[in-house]
Amino acid sequence: VNIEELIRQPGAWLDIEHDSGVVVSSRIRLARNLQKCAFPGWAGAEECEKLWQELRPVLMEIPSLRPAEFVAMAELDEIDKAILFERHLISRDHAEKGKGSGLVFRKDEGVSVMVNEEDHLRLQSMRPGLDLRATWAAIDQMDSEIEQKVDYAFSGRLGYLTACPTNVGTGLRASVMLHLPGLALMNEINPIMKGLTKIGLAVRGLGGEGTEATGNMYQISNQMTLGEDEATIIGNLEQIVQEIIEHERNARSRLMEKKEIVVRDHVGRALGVLSNAYILSSKEALDLLSGLRLGIDLGILKNVGRRTVDELTLVTQPGHLQRLESRALKPKDRDRVRASEVRSRLAGQIPGREQDREKK
Amino acid sequence: MTCEICKERESSVHLTQVIDGKVKKMHLCEECAAKSGIDVNGPLSITDILLGMGVPKQAAEAAASSAESSGPERTCPRCHMRRSDFKKGGRFGCADCYEAFADELPPLLKQMHRSDHHTGKIPAGAGLRVKASADLSALQAQLKKAITGEKFEEAARLRDQIESARAKIRAGGAA
Repeated sequence: VNIEELIRQPGAWLDIEHDSGVVVSSRIRLARNLQKCAFPGWAGAEECEKLWQELRPVLMEIPSLRPAEFVAMAELDEIDKAILFERHLISRDHAEKGKGSGLVFRKDEGVSVMVNEEDHLRLQSMRPGLDLRATWAAIDQMDSEIEQKVDYAFSGRLGYLTACPTNVGTGLRASVMLHLPGLALMNEINPIMKGLTKIGLAVRGLGGEGTEATGNMYQISNQMTLGEDEATIIGNLEQIVQEIIEHERNARSRLMEKKEIVVRDHVGRALGVLSNAYILSSKEALDLLSGLRLGIDLGILKNVGRRTVDELTLVTQPGHLQRLESRALKPKDRDRVRASEVRSRLAGQIPGREQDREKK
Repeated sequence: MTCEICKERESSVHLTQVIDGKVKKMHLCEECAAKSGIDVNGPLSITDILLGMGVPKQAAEAAASSAESSGPERTCPRCHMRRSDFKKGGRFGCADCYEAFADELPPLLKQMHRSDHHTGKIPAGAGLRVKASADLSALQAQLKKAITGEKFEEAARLRDQIESARAKIRAGGAA
């Protein structure tokens, strides 16, 4: 597959021009294994390679995955792997894999299957906005199609058997990516996140360090996979997400009522730095892009489109940046290229700055 | 605060999770966190660590050596994973390990999940097989009862039913 081609499309979770507001994307994955083979972490490299060769043509013909593309992890360089990770098509663990592991995905990236990650198959379905039901319907359908072709490891009592017992049962992990700048600006984020872990949900950032979420992006997902059926797990998560959306909307309107000038300052500074900086780290870019996103949501920023912010969110990631430049870059050089990319893309949207774009 | 695993370096990874209604906290240094397979960028789970290396090093080694001294170690007959391999990595070797190490499971599942029974999706193929094998064991129990009660006519009928249930399982298994 041509990764060049991939980076020119917007990404499955950004594909629709729609008012996503607080929720950026919905994602569900299913862990599945074959009865006949040892799990990837225990099977030898040869057995993994044999299974990948056997599964690849089967997956390529699965109706839900067509038109399908595939990549063998062994044939990708570090930048290609980074791009697939940044597009949420592979996990960090999968990026470490080589021979015997691979990825099959539908061209639009909406559904995909990692082969020989921790489990033989890790199915994924991803959609923009809050749309867990449709996301589930798509992955359920793909799972049922695959199940006709292979013999899944399944026990009547424990459900789908997985390499790690934390995933046994439904093998289902549903996650929703939320943009929560309002709660962050009101300093109300921590109690909410603490509350979430108390009810058995996991919280993580967009790819940020530890608990600190970069760009005010939070991913919330279920932890338990056994004991409740898929609809219940998804329904519970959706209910919680709806509550968080309410909190976020509430925080935003309180902000505009009481601290409008602070919000306008926050948004204006974000635009100012992004449009004029010559050195931008990945974290700084994401944090400032969060400011732009908030400005657009609140109607403060009229000249910048959400589409541009979505694109910049992806393009400023190290993998995408290096592929755009067609070369590996040292982090210091990356910060310069990133700033230049952001300046030129924003210049095209702000009246009176077109000449900047040409100068780039 | 020092790291709870190596007890040497300063901790910088702090995990909080509620398991069974109790708040559990863990403080680890980055090195030990990475060694226990914690992806600071991934979903964090204390259960993963507890599973991987929840017990301090010395205790784990002591447990391993005492297991060795008390006879041969339990091993999965199919993939040859040893109990200590599972304890170390926290991952099973194959689907049959769930049977081989069945006695390890209840406390783990209790810690990780809502219950120990799957109530979700069943693959269409396996569904038939699972159902058929449940039917079969019920029929076999009835047959035994019929024979001890000397109800031979009923026994003959049950024997035929068992035959067809077995055929169904074979057909399901081949699919």
